[in-house]
Amino acid sequence: MMNLLSGLLLSATPEVIPDLFFEPGNFIYNLKYMGIGMLVIFMVIGMIILAISLTNYLFSN
Amino acid sequence: MDILYKNLLAFSWQDIVMISIGCLLVFLAIRKNMEPSLLLPMGFGTILVNIPFSDALSGPIAELYNAGIANELFPLLLFIGIGAMIDFGPLLTNPKLMLFGAAAQFGIFFTLCMASVFFPTIDAASIAIIGAADGPTSIAVANTLGSKYVGAITVAAYSYMALVPIIQPPVIKYLTTRKERMIRMPYEQKSVSRLTRILFPIIITIVASAVIPQATALIGFLMFGNLIRECGVLDSLSETAQKVLANLITIFLGISVAYNMTSEQFLKLDTLLILGLGLIAFIVDTAGGVLFAKLINLVSKKKINPMIGAAGISAFPMSGRIVHKMALEEDPQNFLLMHSIGVNVSGQIASVIAGGIILNLFS
Repeated sequence: MMNLLSGLLLSATPEVIPDLFFEPGNFIYNLKYMGIGMLVIFMVIGMIILAISLTNYLFSN
Repeated sequence: MDILYKNLLAFSWQDIVMISIGCLLVFLAIRKNMEPSLLLPMGFGTILVNIPFSDALSGPIAELYNAGIANELFPLLLFIGIGAMIDFGPLLTNPKLMLFGAAAQFGIFFTLCMASVFFPTIDAASIAIIGAADGPTSIAVANTLGSKYVGAITVAAYSYMALVPIIQPPVIKYLTTRKERMIRMPYEQKSVSRLTRILFPIIITIVASAVIPQATALIGFLMFGNLIRECGVLDSLSETAQKVLANLITIFLGISVAYNMTSEQFLKLDTLLILGLGLIAFIVDTAGGVLFAKLINLVSKKKINPMIGAAGISAFPMSGRIVHKMALEEDPQNFLLMHSIGVNVSGQIASVIAGGIILNLFS
């Protein structure tokens, strides 16, 4: 019964994220964000370059 | 007399350390001319909020913080002024330079991975954006993500921007040979039509916002400022945005950022780590730009001076000028200014886009 109560209490306690920790595994886990971030930034910049080049071509003096 | 003693004895050593930090920021702003427009108000604000029982913290500074930083209004308004100040001409004559701006945002995402080793993801993402080398973007992103480290992030972002002339040259020299630094890049003078200059901010806003809606406000306000500049019919508004608006917002932004500079929030191991990670972000940004230029040289017939890649970090216009100066030191006839400034302004756009990507991924 006590185990059940303490289990319930524990599950009701909000997860507390400590201010600082040391989790080297997070570096590897977050590499996917590095990949996605750099991919998206190059995609957007590529689209902008195309649009500007087209504008330059169409409206050059 | 009792009240006098009570007030004086209320000073803790933490308050005194923070007041000293405030004085240091004021000193650096005045004596060393390090980003004085922001470090001076921020330093004075730090003094104001760390005086025990200070009515400035709970009163005007809290009000200013809630009115302009908590809702990201001040950084966005400042972007109108920045957009009005920037001439994107060098970029429009050679749009491919924008690729270097993109490459130089690598430090942001590398720092995100590094910071996540020590901090929860939201704070790690906020710390990473120091690598945008752009104060308003750092403040806006950190606030939107709800990071509790806005004060430390802002101090790191602006301090390292001021330290770009010290941080970048050793990294550039380490990654390039003298021969590479001496590569000349003749500048082909091309005229850009007025219509292109007017369409540019509109195109950037639509393209960037369509892909990353979270970047709409950041990129939109920057480009709105630029449209005011380039449209040719709003000269007085352009001048107001460049001078009066930018100055006014800078004063309010600087002093209200100090809201987060109380000893309880600032004097922690976390702050030192944030300053260290910010430095890493700047170094990796610089390295990312230089190495990308070297990569392009492997496949391109027309050689690029890899130093211009380093100007892709947003710190405008210091970074562009440093690259130009370094090229002149190696070869007095090597004028890279137009290329480096072109890359530098593209870094401004790319850093805002990177901020939007961070918001898109983590908000």
